[in-house]
Amino acid sequence: MFDTVFEVATNREIARGTYEMVLLGDTQGIRPGQFVNLRLEGFYLRRPISVCDYGDDCLTLIYKVVGHGTEYMAGLKKGVKIDALTGLGNGYDTSVSGDRPLLIGGGAGVPPLYALAKKLLSEGRTPGAILGFNTKDEVFYEDKFRALGIDTYVTTVDGSYGIRGFVTDAMDLGYTYFYTCGPEPMLRAVYRKSVTSGQFSLEERMGCGFGACMGCTCKTKTGHKRICKDGPVLTKEELAW
Amino acid sequence: MVNTQVDLSGLVLDNPVIPASGTFGYGYEFAELYDINILGSFSFKGTTREPRFGNEPPRIAETASGMLNAVGLQNPGIDKVISEELPKLRRVFRKPVVANISGFSIDEYAQCCERIDKEEQVGLIEVNISCPNVHCGGMSFGTSPQSAAEVTRAVKTVTKKPVYMKLSPNVTDIAAIARACEEAGADGISLINTLMGMRIDLKKRSPVIRNVTGGLSGPAVFPVALRMVWQVYDAVKIPIIGMGGVSSAEDVIEMMLAGATAVEVGAANLVDPLASKKIVEELPRVMERLHIENLTEIIGGAHHG
Repeated sequence: MFDTVFEVATNREIARGTYEMVLLGDTQGIRPGQFVNLRLEGFYLRRPISVCDYGDDCLTLIYKVVGHGTEYMAGLKKGVKIDALTGLGNGYDTSVSGDRPLLIGGGAGVPPLYALAKKLLSEGRTPGAILGFNTKDEVFYEDKFRALGIDTYVTTVDGSYGIRGFVTDAMDLGYTYFYTCGPEPMLRAVYRKSVTSGQFSLEERMGCGFGACMGCTCKTKTGHKRICKDGPVLTKEELAW
Repeated sequence: MVNTQVDLSGLVLDNPVIPASGTFGYGYEFAELYDINILGSFSFKGTTREPRFGNEPPRIAETASGMLNAVGLQNPGIDKVISEELPKLRRVFRKPVVANISGFSIDEYAQCCERIDKEEQVGLIEVNISCPNVHCGGMSFGTSPQSAAEVTRAVKTVTKKPVYMKLSPNVTDIAAIARACEEAGADGISLINTLMGMRIDLKKRSPVIRNVTGGLSGPAVFPVALRMVWQVYDAVKIPIIGMGGVSSAEDVIEMMLAGATAVEVGAANLVDPLASKKIVEELPRVMERLHIENLTEIIGGAHHG
């Protein structure tokens, strides 16, 4: 865990209700699948946001406006300073991916898979990606995944873009392992449909975000896990679904 | 040079700042960021006889200037705390620690306290008779003077270390309960635990917290906590550990003026993991500004006559 201050470089709407915020600051120790916990003026608890992409001194976050906190974030202008805790959570383990891992993201669960895709590529893997959204207006980052040279499939529930249906409707392809992040009903569907082992990034209401308050604990086959510290990434074998 | 030392029933602390139980785990997470030996002490995660998962999530909700929690005493149980957590804790914290103990029966309190009393690392036992999150459990002990006294007597019979009873604010007369604990032999009083509250999710039209109610903490409760410390100070002669929304060195001084000998910092640790460190470092400067040489001089200092 690191305590640091970022400065907003850009903050723009990239799809309906979905924003991309690029922050400048210290990104030491950040890994794909981790999150940062942002302190926002006027809100008592921090807001945990998954890491979408990072470089030596810049960090990209993508968030969906779902409440007062994210609404406030959407209004932040260039130059605003944000106090953040970084390096939170375990992140994805890429050592077990095999040659052709599949990345399965749903809505606001797509962002953490982007940094993961870059890491897997740098390790010589050939990941594929399925990005699921409700409707065409909400689609984002398809081009960014394609620009990495990744076979990318987009699904929309209403069929307004890409493959009609859920991410699981596009899962009939060969893969050696999978990584997924998205709403829980989607994760459960992926759990049932998947034919290999894989890793799930989970979400829960958090107090501290760094393992102290036990506010986000869930039961797993291997004991009680704090989503913020022992997760947010759990393996298929750990999940008690 | 100012003197920040305080004395809790013979346990001398370098300063009165103690992270509160349930907001500091066993200290490891915070030790990643700073040397936690600068603290007066810290109160470790509430421990029960059996391992507990606690309540189903969601367990947390945000409020104006605070938060609700319904963790429900998740802990690995006294056996594991003694065999695993205390040896690990020793590596990051060399001072005597405050052992926070909870229970669902008089026997359980006595058994856990008797065992933790034998641990060399433990400087003081804080008995939680006030956790509002457990059905048919801790709540009842802290809400009547008789049952609070019963727990106190049972624990005092089997322990040698100072025993501080941690009181619930969800009562009509906190002073009567504090007095009952004192008469039953308590060495000190610790207060307040969280105030019971709730939030409702407008879109879902249902409580945010699965347990429906949770304990309110954070700056929102500070004036309530201060008032109760004040009342208890008037009611008993034993030392008080004051807590509830403390977020700054000024808050520490204010709690002490109301009657606290030491002060616990709770929710502040969760929103800023460096909060307790900042308070410890800020304290001497605030004392100088307020012309306080010895911190012990100001305990109860706002009570005139």
